[in-house]
Amino acid sequence: MRRIISVLLENEAGALSRVVGLFAQRNYNIESLTVAPTEDATLSRLTLTTLGDDKKIEQITKQLNKLIEVVKVVDLTEGEHVERELMLVKLRAVGAQRAEIKRTADIFRGQIVDATESAYTVQLVGVSSKLDAFLRAVGELSILEVVRSGVSGLARGEKVVSV
Amino acid sequence: MELLSGGEALIRALQDEGVEYIFGYPGGAALHIYDAIFQQQAVEHVLVRHEQAATHMADAYARVTGKPGVALVTSGPGATNAVTGLATAFMDSIPMVVISGQVQSDLIGTDSFQETDMVGISRPVVKHSFMVKSAEEMAEVVKKAFYIASSGRPGPVVIDVPKDTTDPSYRVPYAFPESVSLRSYNPATRGHPRQIRKAVDLLLAAKRPIIYSGGGVIQGNASEPLIALAKRLKLPVTNTLMGLGAYPSTDSQFLGMLGMHGSYPANMAMHHSDLIFAVGARFDDRVTNDPSKFCPDAKVIHIDVDPASISKIIPAEVPIVGPALPVLTELLATLEDRLKEAPELVDEAARSAWWSQIEGWRSHSDFDHDQRHRNEAEGIIKPQTVVQALYRATGGDAYITSDVGQHQMFAAQYYRFDAPRRWVNSGGLGTMGYGLPAAMGVKLAFPDAVVACVTGEGSIQMNIQELSTCRQYGLPVKIINLNNQALGMVRQWQDMQYAGRHSGSVYQDSLPDFVALAESYGHVGMRVTDPAKLDEAMAEVFSPGLKDRLVFLDVAVDQNEHVYPMWVRGGALRDMMLSKTERS
Ligand SMILES: Cc1ncc(C[n+]2csc(CCOP(=O)(O)OP(=O)(O)O)c2C)c(N)n1
Ligand SMILES: [Mg+2]
Repeated sequence: MRRIISVLLENEAGALSRVVGLFAQRNYNIESLTVAPTEDATLSRLTLTTLGDDKKIEQITKQLNKLIEVVKVVDLTEGEHVERELMLVKLRAVGAQRAEIKRTADIFRGQIVDATESAYTVQLVGVSSKLDAFLRAVGELSILEVVRSGVSGLARGEKVVSV
Repeated sequence: MELLSGGEALIRALQDEGVEYIFGYPGGAALHIYDAIFQQQAVEHVLVRHEQAATHMADAYARVTGKPGVALVTSGPGATNAVTGLATAFMDSIPMVVISGQVQSDLIGTDSFQETDMVGISRPVVKHSFMVKSAEEMAEVVKKAFYIASSGRPGPVVIDVPKDTTDPSYRVPYAFPESVSLRSYNPATRGHPRQIRKAVDLLLAAKRPIIYSGGGVIQGNASEPLIALAKRLKLPVTNTLMGLGAYPSTDSQFLGMLGMHGSYPANMAMHHSDLIFAVGARFDDRVTNDPSKFCPDAKVIHIDVDPASISKIIPAEVPIVGPALPVLTELLATLEDRLKEAPELVDEAARSAWWSQIEGWRSHSDFDHDQRHRNEAEGIIKPQTVVQALYRATGGDAYITSDVGQHQMFAAQYYRFDAPRRWVNSGGLGTMGYGLPAAMGVKLAFPDAVVACVTGEGSIQMNIQELSTCRQYGLPVKIINLNNQALGMVRQWQDMQYAGRHSGSVYQDSLPDFVALAESYGHVGMRVTDPAKLDEAMAEVFSPGLKDRLVFLDVAVDQNEHVYPMWVRGGALRDMMLSKTERS
């Protein structure tokens, strides 16, 4: 099962490499990973998506918690949560394709954020499956380049992950 | 406030931590630190002959004293040579601090001379690591490193020290922090009372309970309550390789070690138990064999300071996160309360039925080591009898270190450890070359104790150079070399699984004359080949006349001997080979 794990991490040199190293060392899978400082400059927030059964995920969260620089670990998928991923796609856009891409982008609530005579860059935000669906809709032929942020997420409601 | 250079601050902080010894080896990046060592007396530096040995000495010092051991190495090759020792300590959860010199900060990342990313290269085998950023933070980093190494589930910590942070011309005010707190690191200090009550209920309800205890009881100084619990409920006890000595081996409730080379009664009792009381043990694959066939009728109570060890391999009905000592102490108190109200809760009938089943396994006719390994008849020394002779000669009262191989298993099976911290071996990593430096670390920790290293001719050659260190510091350890002229454990597997094709496990007459070798280092060398002379030779090794000498006893032992019991791969705990031909 796919899980979204949120980690509060000391914002220190080397801390990220311990998290990534742990996954490599223990043969855990990382589907996506995002990390950036939080409102508290001493902390980074890391979100990663991984695959595994309950036993595996329990091990992953326990092993993450053992890292000295990890302050908090939450499996967002255990409860109601909001998740988003940002994607920028550069598409070949010539002739009739231009209107078609524009229309598809509109359907997916994407925005064209850059345009040249032969290319559009579309920005999309949503759950990962929506981004996948967009890529399928525009078709492989027109895709020139894709960059995705990886998943970020928060628990729904009042619940917060804090120190 | 006193002004110190970073190098001086480092050494002063070690003093303030109560460090007695630094095991180390110098080099360019560590020279400011070495100069600071020279100018003080409180911490003694022990110059090894290879950095790996320094780490094993520090590790063994920690295993027997309970205090973190300290090693100091230079950058680059010094640092990489320390990695095996870090991994060894990490696998066995040993508190240790390894200080590595590093190239100066502005050269880091430039592939400069003797530069190695020590924090990176050691990352998977340390509990934590630090790169010192300035002389100002030196004392605080040391304090944190010792705290992390020795608290919670202990482990090795690396402090990587760029040369410029130890510059003697730059002085900073020195203050050793009184305490340390890390918001992201708060190891459990006691078990959850509700879980402890549940554990007591399960213990009282069980018909066939067994205690399975490991290194965590030794590290956690919890032998006393463990013994009290076993005695109170007449529980059979088995120890892991790492846990030997936590429960007295000569006690009638002790069944021996369990696992791959565990005793027949221990493995059988585990397999047939209905409740496993696991404490400070981690269901290692050398214990469980195939986890899906492991102890089919048993519920599990699992006490461990590391939550990640619980339910990792075998799910626990009652997990208890906490250090062994407070958890067992509280559990005993809870048990006493329950028994005060209702003494009839102890099911005497079930317990005596369980014990008579166990006695049956104990008297199993196929399983009589002492009988089977009589050597005199064959005129060749059986390795098991060497350990038995060692036990007799030392009155069971020595510190025994070991290397890795058949000799290690024989030592574990045949030396009866009655106290914790007496058996020192690399269980988790299985590091050949551990034994001699370990013995040296123990001898420095307890100069008056008898310290013997049970080794093999393969393992001893992995750190044989330390005989020179022993000479320099006058370390009269006793080396008992079970010389089977082969990488015996490898050879055994090749006998059992590869139709006797001894690929890469024999030396073709290239072994040194160990007696002459020991003598060339200024020590006493002895050799025994005749079973009839074994006890005599052993007595001489430990004779008062040789008390202050390192003695290397080279014992020619039967090359064809195998370690038994040996489990049947992929089976359950009860599936064992008891000899070359008998199966359980
Ligand atoms: C550093 C290292 N390399 C390889 C091994 C694999 N290994 C395990 S036991 C063994 C043979 C050990 O030979 P020896 O020390 O003579 O002991 P014996 O089994 O003969 O008693 C080997 C090579 C190991 N444990 N450690
Ligand atoms: Mg050998």
